[in-house]
Amino acid sequence: MIQFMQQLINGLSIGSVYALMAVGYSLVYSIMSFSNFAHGGVIMLGAYFGFFALTLLKLPFILAFILACAGTTLLAILVERIAYKPLRERNAPFLYFIISAMGASILLENIVIATIGPTFRTYPAVIPRTPIQLGALAVGRLDLIMFFISAVCLTGLILFIEKTKMGKAIQAAAYNIKACALMGVNTDKIILIVFGLGGFLAGVAGVFFGMKYTVYPQIGNITTKSFIAAVFGGLGSLPGAVLGSVLLGTIETLVAGYLSSQFRDLIAFVILIGVLIFRPSGIMGKNTVDKA
Amino acid sequence: MDWFYIQGILMLAGINLIAVLGLSLLTGFTGLFSFGHAGFMAIGAYLGALMTVSPTTSPAGLGLPFAVGVIAGGAGAGIVSYFIGRITLNLKGDYFCIATLGFGEAIRLILNNVQLFGGSRGWPGVPYKSTLPAIIIVDILAVIFLANLVRSRHGRNMIAVREEELAAQIAGVNVFKYKMIALVVSAVYAGVAGVFFGHYMTFIQPKMFSMTKSTELTIIVIFGGLGSISGSVLGALLLTALPEILRAFEIWRLVFYGAAVILIMISRPKGLMGGMELTPAGIRKARNERKARVQALKESKNSQNGEVGVG
Repeated sequence: MIQFMQQLINGLSIGSVYALMAVGYSLVYSIMSFSNFAHGGVIMLGAYFGFFALTLLKLPFILAFILACAGTTLLAILVERIAYKPLRERNAPFLYFIISAMGASILLENIVIATIGPTFRTYPAVIPRTPIQLGALAVGRLDLIMFFISAVCLTGLILFIEKTKMGKAIQAAAYNIKACALMGVNTDKIILIVFGLGGFLAGVAGVFFGMKYTVYPQIGNITTKSFIAAVFGGLGSLPGAVLGSVLLGTIETLVAGYLSSQFRDLIAFVILIGVLIFRPSGIMGKNTVDKA
Repeated sequence: MDWFYIQGILMLAGINLIAVLGLSLLTGFTGLFSFGHAGFMAIGAYLGALMTVSPTTSPAGLGLPFAVGVIAGGAGAGIVSYFIGRITLNLKGDYFCIATLGFGEAIRLILNNVQLFGGSRGWPGVPYKSTLPAIIIVDILAVIFLANLVRSRHGRNMIAVREEELAAQIAGVNVFKYKMIALVVSAVYAGVAGVFFGHYMTFIQPKMFSMTKSTELTIIVIFGGLGSISGSVLGALLLTALPEILRAFEIWRLVFYGAAVILIMISRPKGLMGGMELTPAGIRKARNERKARVQALKESKNSQNGEVGVG
């Protein structure tokens, strides 16, 4: 039982980071209906921004954190302007967006390999590694902070979307972007904000991920799993992305803990396939009707 | 540059071409996108190796001739794709794409855990059987089969599915069936490519068949131009050679590659040869279309001027 609880805590902590990443995929999907595979590259660069702000610039943690988030926000917007905007203006089919995203992801990953190098780097110990003991359970300080800040960010995001005028415009654009533009909403600005928000959360996720594990150019492969989490919860649905991430994180750690860590990655793809076969819209996604 | 090096690049381009031709049918002519064809290549490579590896070097080998390996690899990939198609071909657009991604990665991760084939460490000792003439012959056969298929009634039905699925269905085309044919044929092509790939490398490892490989194949098809067989041939030759030409820049070459992909998408989305063929008839057709376009443009300008004059 103790072991189970311990695994559950670990699962929740990794799930919360997945959630920060998955929300970025879902936000973009809800507006533009394509899977933004460049998001993984943005997360990876977020981890590097944080790392260099801490080690090279020797900034205090909070400042480094803010710098990393600002950097990824700008980067995400830049990717949108360069790789997607020309396609949007031409009404290109979704596939071109995906290929362009793949190109951007290859580009980002290899720029890092070419300039910084492919070596693994470890964050300096900002937060003490000693865990907090709750009875027989050990909770890592980092895990706790990760969970807390993720929760704050995600609540903030959902409040922004539910309560503000801009959030309402985003909801409208997610419902039907063309009609939204006809109603006088500046959809170009909406898309900019959506990419900015996704980029910001990518920065938070990148820094935490780097702190918990290591920083290396292929982090993007792990973000594929957060994408699966977004599909699991229902692409385009924010609460779905969060729920899917927490579930996926928990299932993964339980599988790694009780079966074999070999199956850890496999289970994610098995879930993906299962979801697509039995319920393509995911746990909370809206059932899309093909309008043809 | 010696002949051995050039021959190596040509062989890799030829092997890629087999897989790309299959994907061209699926993506270019039927309008379905796959990010999992490296998985079919993996099935082909492993089944092929299973047949040809001599039993003395590896307990899993059967020591059969290469031709058996090619047939087994192609057939195996085709059969697996049939079952995958049964459950995923009803998914729409993006979701089919994601499902193929999932299957491709799942195949790789399963192979990672099959200790009989060396797991993630890979399987050495695959005999070197892929020769340039053999690859060229298979390429030619693949092109001939594909060109005939595309021009047949079945090919026209596939193009109808690509152009407007709903309209095709109303017109009586069995959409599911034609999507299935395209998927299975493309998987067989990918499987055969996998067999040749394994017998060229003489070492196979699940890592070789990751999503990156699938993406590479799709990028070649798009670069060459959707719905064009000659485009796929050109694309496979150029894009396999491109990283080699850029080898002087070493680590920067993949940066250029990524940038080139984005550039193609935003500047020339039809690819090199979108919808055109490099055959005498194809060139004539493209020329006539161009003429008609210029004519139409002139006429519309004239009529506009006329209106202004009247007003």
